[in-house]
Amino acid sequence: MAEPAASSPAPSTCLEVDGLTLSFGGVHALDDVALDVRHGEVFAIIGPNGAGKTSLLNSISGLYRPQKGSITYSASPGEEPASLLGRAPHKVAQLGVARSFQNIELFRAMSVLENLMLGRHIHMRGNVLTCGVYWGSQRREEIRHRAAVEDVIDFLEIENLRHQAVGTLAYGLQKRVELARALALDPKLLLLDEPMAGMNVEEKEDMARFILDVNEERGVTTVLIEHDMGVVMDLSDRVAVLDFGRSIACGTPDHVRADPAVIHAYLGDAG
Amino acid sequence: MESGIFFSDYRSDMALRRMPLQKVRTGLLLVGLVVFPFLATPYWLNLANQIAIATIGAIGLNILVGYTGQISLGQGAFMAIGAYGAGLLTVRFGVPFYISIPVAALITAVAGLVVGLPSLRLKGLYLAVATLAAQQIVEFVVTHWTGLTGGTEALVVPAPEMFGARLNTDGRFYWILIVVALAVALFAANLFRSRVGRAWVAIRDQDIAASAIGVNVFGYKLLAFATSSFLVGLSGALLAHYRSIVTWERFTIEVSISYLAMIIIGGLGTISGSFFGATLIVLLPAMINTVGRSLQDTAPWAATVLPYVQQGVFGLVIILFLVLEPEGLARLWRNVKDYFRVWPFSY
Ligand SMILES: Nc1ncnc2c1ncn2[C@@H]1O[C@H](COP(=O)(O)OP(=O)(O)OP(=O)(O)O)[C@@H](O)[C@H]1O
Ligand SMILES: [Mg+2]
Repeated sequence: MAEPAASSPAPSTCLEVDGLTLSFGGVHALDDVALDVRHGEVFAIIGPNGAGKTSLLNSISGLYRPQKGSITYSASPGEEPASLLGRAPHKVAQLGVARSFQNIELFRAMSVLENLMLGRHIHMRGNVLTCGVYWGSQRREEIRHRAAVEDVIDFLEIENLRHQAVGTLAYGLQKRVELARALALDPKLLLLDEPMAGMNVEEKEDMARFILDVNEERGVTTVLIEHDMGVVMDLSDRVAVLDFGRSIACGTPDHVRADPAVIHAYLGDAG
Repeated sequence: MESGIFFSDYRSDMALRRMPLQKVRTGLLLVGLVVFPFLATPYWLNLANQIAIATIGAIGLNILVGYTGQISLGQGAFMAIGAYGAGLLTVRFGVPFYISIPVAALITAVAGLVVGLPSLRLKGLYLAVATLAAQQIVEFVVTHWTGLTGGTEALVVPAPEMFGARLNTDGRFYWILIVVALAVALFAANLFRSRVGRAWVAIRDQDIAASAIGVNVFGYKLLAFATSSFLVGLSGALLAHYRSIVTWERFTIEVSISYLAMIIIGGLGTISGSFFGATLIVLLPAMINTVGRSLQDTAPWAATVLPYVQQGVFGLVIILFLVLEPEGLARLWRNVKDYFRVWPFSY
């Protein structure tokens, strides 16, 4: 591996996963997985079907409880790293970690606007009394966060979808709305599970542009899972490769592509 | 959206009544509610009061079932806690009715919180069974703790008084009920255009995504149980003081089921649906009764089959709604509004 194996997180490490092990009954979804994501980079996770990519993301966002290992996260350079392991999903989100899902998990009955307003949930204070009365400060809070949501709507060019129920939108647009909902949270770390799966070429290009814009303009550290090698090579600063729950390589796209273990994993014995 | 109307600021885009037509309709409704008691006979006033109480209870249940997606069979139990709470506070401790009602609602909210605890692990039908257990426990306690509740004997509550006036007629109680029902409806509508209500709907639609976006799912489920139970307890407490008599038969599992029918027929997850459903479920038996009585002389046998007809029609209406308009009366109402919005130009 080209990266020096740091024993404690370097100051610029955003996310560090070490020795992560997760099994379901007899299935080892993750087996001693290690990787580190630096602040401000686009980091890709690749690997064959069933390699454990989604399981890794779910472990980071608190949906799965790995049996062993550590996950530490620091929102910005210089910030003391906090452990994410065993933290409830909503508490992980409160630290500025937002995500999208492999099989779009939007609130289907709600409008695009309401979905994005939920992205603002952790930044709002309204309780059952202030919301029920909806007067003064609560109204102002709703309007203030509506404005923040409109920024995201402009950014992702979905102005004309605002009031539509997300369940009625085309697949590609739903993927975009899911990204928008994650962005509305103002994340420091964005986890995207196959954001371009099932899209046509044009939609993929749009999505790739949005991901790069988010990274560059908003400085959001991004971890994405992707199968399309072309996309991975174009977008990412560094790549980690999972195979049968183990991390077999980590480095720049060129470095990873040349790695014999990766070639073997992708091409089998023929490689 | 109504065509041809655009909003220049977020505040008006986010208002409850955005369209001029909606404002007119709301105004007409308010005028109607004020004029109604001056025109109505006591019979109709009594029905209106029943509808108001049922609407409050149905909104409460809808918050939990329709909006948050947590099925509850404990409606009767929560109404019982509200009714016995308010009745006993007044009878035993001489608490004025206007204090006993909110206190009883708060007690019910706490009970709801406890009943909601299994929602940490249980979903769907399993949760429904847990609430069914709560229903049975409350029924058992009410009928067996004779020292507190009087058991199967009726608890007689003195007529409510305020500012020295006795509120013992339908006409006088009407005003209290209408004001409370409107306040509850407004409160609930506000909830669902802001942070808390959105979190509840998110839990119903996709609880995993809700947690990943930062919603404390279990906390909000408990909050839904508490808020819902508060309103259901409120309707029970109002019922106690309105009827001046509390008996356990009014709060059985059948009540839980007929309230579920209300919100299903009315429309799950809509405030107006709670009102439509409550209206239908209150009026339907009353109408069948009226028809039955008018037939009594010409066809005396009609009176004997009346109870069966009542239940049959009841079941039939529910099935028809489930089949023909699963989204309920609120949906029908929306269709009517859509029709008239572009009327007379249909396209
Ligand atoms: N909740 C679960 N219960 C049981 N087994 C699971 C669960 N989640 C994942 N697994 C198993 O863990 C392994 C890794 O699955 P995972 O979804 O993480 O793979 P993936 O790399 O995301 O695959 P894909 O490219 O198909 O999305 C698989 O064998 C899968 O069956
Ligand atoms: Mg996956």
